[in-house]
Amino acid sequence: MNRICQTLLRQSYARAPLTSNHVAATATRCTRWYSADASPPASAADVVDKSTLEKLVRTNKVVIFMKGNPQAPRCGFSNAVVQIMRMHGVQYDAHDVLQNEALRQGVKEFTDWPTIPQVFIDGEFVGGCDILMQLHQSGDLIEELKKVGIISELLKAEEAKQEPNTEEKKK
Amino acid sequence: MSKYNSKYLEDKLKQELEAKYVNVVDESDGCGGKFSVIIVSEAFKGKTLLQKHRLVNTTLAEELKEIHAFSQKSYTPEEWEKVQQQQQQ
Repeated sequence: MNRICQTLLRQSYARAPLTSNHVAATATRCTRWYSADASPPASAADVVDKSTLEKLVRTNKVVIFMKGNPQAPRCGFSNAVVQIMRMHGVQYDAHDVLQNEALRQGVKEFTDWPTIPQVFIDGEFVGGCDILMQLHQSGDLIEELKKVGIISELLKAEEAKQEPNTEEKKK
Repeated sequence: MSKYNSKYLEDKLKQELEAKYVNVVDESDGCGGKFSVIIVSEAFKGKTLLQKHRLVNTTLAEELKEIHAFSQKSYTPEEWEKVQQQQQQ
């Protein structure tokens, strides 16, 4: 079972878009998550270095380092973050740290944050699961997303409720 | 198996952060690997959400190496009062 998963992940990886120098430049931009990019540098360093991470966290407005991938999170905390992003309809880049120990250590050192998942908005570290959950519950996440030009699906739903006739007017 | 338990974490957080209220729930079924914590302290005043969490992470830096699942809710006394009011409603 595990081997099948790994094979699938590797295939998705092969199709994943360019996010760092280590990924083939010919990859097409179709999927939005990456299972194992930022593969260990040729120098066999123990961690993914700062400059690589600085690029990685800016490949999309929202970038998440998690365990597993959005379709199959392998940790409850990572899953919670995925579900929150799904509720808000956010498109993001996700990186599976379980596929890459160097990335896992690298991102922890980069943010000086001990746990995974880690969420970046507009290149800035926002927090882990607890913080995302609190931002979600307080409504602040909608505001944070708005700042970078992402309109939350929850906000759209809210506005649709307030203006029930909008749809009809369009017709 | 970590060597930490709820009582230890509660005492440490109360002492180091001068917390008014700490509630540690051991969700690990006794193995000491998973905790959920509520902390209320004046030390969080004026800090952003991220700063509050960082403060707690720093306080428990050693412990978090062994505790692999740690969930925290960190409030100032004022925020905590609001949270409790909401819960009562």
